[in-house]
Amino acid sequence: MKTVEYRHGPVWVIAEQIEGRVRAVSFQLIGHARKLADGLGTPVEVILLGESLDQQAQQVIASGADRVYLGDDPELAVYQPDVYTEIIVKLAQERRPEIMLLGSTFMGRELAPLVAARLRTGLTAHCIDLVLNENKILEQKVPAYGGLISITCPQKRPQMATVAKGVFPRPELDTGRMGEVVLLKVQKNIPRRIETIEIVREEPEGVPLESAAIIVAGGAGASDLEGWHTIAGLAQVMNAALGSTRPAVDEGWTELETMIGQSGKMVSPDLYIGVGLSGELQHMVGIVGAKVMVAINSDAKSPVFEQVDYGIVDDCRRFIPVLIEKIGEYRSEGRELNHGNQDER
Amino acid sequence: MLRIVVCVKAVPDPKEAGRIRIDPVSRALVRADLPLVLNPLDKNAMEAALELKEQFDAHLSVLSMGPPPAESVVTECLALGADQGYLLSDRALAGADAYATAYTLAKGIEKIGPADLVLCGRASSDGSTEWVGPELATLLDIPIVTMVKEIVECTGEWWKVKASLDNGYRVVRVKLPAVLTVTRELNIPRTLSFSGIIQARRKQITQWGIDDLDVPEEAVGLKGSPTIVSEMTTRESKRDVEMISGTREEMAERLIQELADAGFLSSS
Repeated sequence: MKTVEYRHGPVWVIAEQIEGRVRAVSFQLIGHARKLADGLGTPVEVILLGESLDQQAQQVIASGADRVYLGDDPELAVYQPDVYTEIIVKLAQERRPEIMLLGSTFMGRELAPLVAARLRTGLTAHCIDLVLNENKILEQKVPAYGGLISITCPQKRPQMATVAKGVFPRPELDTGRMGEVVLLKVQKNIPRRIETIEIVREEPEGVPLESAAIIVAGGAGASDLEGWHTIAGLAQVMNAALGSTRPAVDEGWTELETMIGQSGKMVSPDLYIGVGLSGELQHMVGIVGAKVMVAINSDAKSPVFEQVDYGIVDDCRRFIPVLIEKIGEYRSEGRELNHGNQDER
Repeated sequence: MLRIVVCVKAVPDPKEAGRIRIDPVSRALVRADLPLVLNPLDKNAMEAALELKEQFDAHLSVLSMGPPPAESVVTECLALGADQGYLLSDRALAGADAYATAYTLAKGIEKIGPADLVLCGRASSDGSTEWVGPELATLLDIPIVTMVKEIVECTGEWWKVKASLDNGYRVVRVKLPAVLTVTRELNIPRTLSFSGIIQARRKQITQWGIDDLDVPEEAVGLKGSPTIVSEMTTRESKRDVEMISGTREEMAERLIQELADAGFLSSS
């Protein structure tokens, strides 16, 4: 086997699978890892832990990986923190990756800091972009304070980051791509202090945010639970999914699952209506490629109005009920109109 | 006796924090001197600890790292019912990232004495990395469950908890001593009582600097942080807004017209 010397260690992606299928965010990360690796002149290596994943390993290669470290064992079927961490840390100490990327999923958010602390390296949360600077250092872009900050990990390796689903596009599959699958020998005696007994999947109610054509999102401007229900009422009338900002979640008006943005969900609706929210970048980066954007906010100077197509300055608790009523009127008139047209025909 | 340590953070009031901005010219933070409050999710961690204390014979310590004004949130936790309060405060601790914070908190917990259970909020409202809990657990070499939404069994050496997952939850058995980070779903935090506030006045807050913790300056704060903020940029808006004005009714009608023209109101 020929040996190639690389100046930099490989770019790693820790892939995540659910019930034997690699998740979309992992493929998206592999696509971006390919670009970073090409910039560094180094291979992309993917760590894939689970059970019966041969086919999936081929897809990972077709997505841009040069090498897949495959841990294929019933013990690894579901995420087990101690075992997963141990396998990844041991391999990282051997392979010395330059960069390590994980999805900002529930697993990634726990596993990434467990690995980072063991390797005594830095970790950046929920990045919205990752680029190499002129010194080949990874600039990890994160929204903060109405702007973007760039976080780097200049000394320690690997440079680690988590990224939400939807930040990077899914790479096209190149089924002709060649890559190597390295089977990991799974150590049987890793001591477990935590054991996942059961995973329960719950189907979310209503229109799922990620695939919704229309999203109504509410924020702190709802003021109270009643105000929040008013906003939820607009979502219902518009046949829209209901989204939220962090303050709305913190206030307890809605669940974390509805949060849109950097540390929540990335969405791409045709129409987005932001109600009682200030256009914080952490939220706004979660809305990708919306065709039409509307904001309703009582503060005329709110930064949200610089980021939408239509703006209305009003207290949402008073405006939304009027809007809902007018939509009802519009629809009933519309129906009469259509009815009239049919009569003519 | 069950020994519990709750790690809390003083954060800029989340209701006002949106006003903190990067000055486009100086790149300094503007309005960063907001009042400090107890991080919202840490209230859930406190509540969980207080409920355990009511259920068992537990000793409850509160630990925070921050500038001297952060003492107010430790006092608040004492008023809620914590037995002892600790504030890790030192100029050398400033500028810490998640790793350096976790390292410092771990040293604090070691100095307080062995803990059976460490509770943290899932994330802080200002940093929002969610890393401190897991990194703290790693440095203490004890297990962690993040995003705990229900404590199912809390007797014996192995506890059973439910923790949130994407579209669902996992049921996990975890061996004590352990760290748990908690979500808002776990409980409804109690509010301060007058008698609690009076009692808190009699409780002392222990303040430790890096000499007390016996840690080198290079290991903490900005110097001990693997990550650095290398650049701050302001962001330009991307869309040309059209403001809709008029009476409430007129604005609603105008908006409906625009949405209908774009094809968004075709079905009811």
